[in-house]
Amino acid sequence: MTVSEILDPLLTAESWKQAGRNVAIATVIETWGSAPRPTGSHLVIDGEGNFEGSVSGGCVEGAVITEALDVIESGAPKMLEFGVADETAWRVGLSCGGRIRVYVERLA
Amino acid sequence: MQLAALTKLNAARRSRRAAVVVTDLADDEVQVILEGEPVSGSLGEETAKVFRSGKAGTVDVEGRSLFLNVHLPPPRIVVIGAVHISQALARLAPVAGYDLTIIDPRTAFATEERFEGVELIADWPEDVLKDHPLDAYTALAAVTHDPKIDDFPLSEALRVGCFYVGALGSRKTHAKRVERLKEMGRTDDEIGRIAAPIGLDIGAASPAEIALATLAQIVQAFRRRDLVTAV
Repeated sequence: MTVSEILDPLLTAESWKQAGRNVAIATVIETWGSAPRPTGSHLVIDGEGNFEGSVSGGCVEGAVITEALDVIESGAPKMLEFGVADETAWRVGLSCGGRIRVYVERLA
Repeated sequence: MQLAALTKLNAARRSRRAAVVVTDLADDEVQVILEGEPVSGSLGEETAKVFRSGKAGTVDVEGRSLFLNVHLPPPRIVVIGAVHISQALARLAPVAGYDLTIIDPRTAFATEERFEGVELIADWPEDVLKDHPLDAYTALAAVTHDPKIDDFPLSEALRVGCFYVGALGSRKTHAKRVERLKEMGRTDDEIGRIAAPIGLDIGAASPAEIALATLAQIVQAFRRRDLVTAV
């Protein structure tokens, strides 16, 4: 694999799945305001919590990974939304002030 | 998403074919459409739109909320000249997601040992570009300093509309190059697109720094491209 292939989340997801690992794919579906990663960006997660790619600048990946483990378990996709960091509404958020919607699905 | 769909998508991306992934957000149904495949109705129209724009987004088609993600071929870099700068550029480019090919007919420079793991073609650009034509998704950097090697690919890159055309050399060297390119039939507007001296002005001194400045300039040319064509 070349460097760019190792850093490519979708190629990583394919090779993980073929190696028998459980995989979830998270995709940025929509962004509002200042968002660090554009619509269409991917983060892929395996059943052990290993991940490749990004959906933000590292702000919400932890939460997405936790949700992805649920999705891998249940098989049902989830739609997540993250806004400005707010302890009362969300455990995590985007410090840049933007909002993003992230779709998480299991690779079957 | 099914593994078969992901495999089809990745195969298309590896062979530089554009693809759109359609996800039905209500029932998790995924369809991978390759550029050129027939798609009827309003989904066909929406798919054609994102192939053109390169921008992912959600659309409503016959009452269904569909997310269309678009994967265009990654821009690539063709370097004319297997020199010290190219050795650094060949290592930096893949990290930024760019495929890279080096062309240099001088077999003393174009050696496997100096360019391990890099696509390297030890032949004249005139001959190589016949089989590997330049296109709008290609950046061309000419760094040999030798008009016999650099001039033809520079002229060709301007003719086909490469998104970036850069040439190494001092302002004096470039002034002479401009005259030669005019004699080759290139217009003033075309020649004005050449980045020379090559690279963003970051005060680059070493070959590796010049490679970094050049890569940054290529990224800038690609990312600002839409703004220019949208006017």
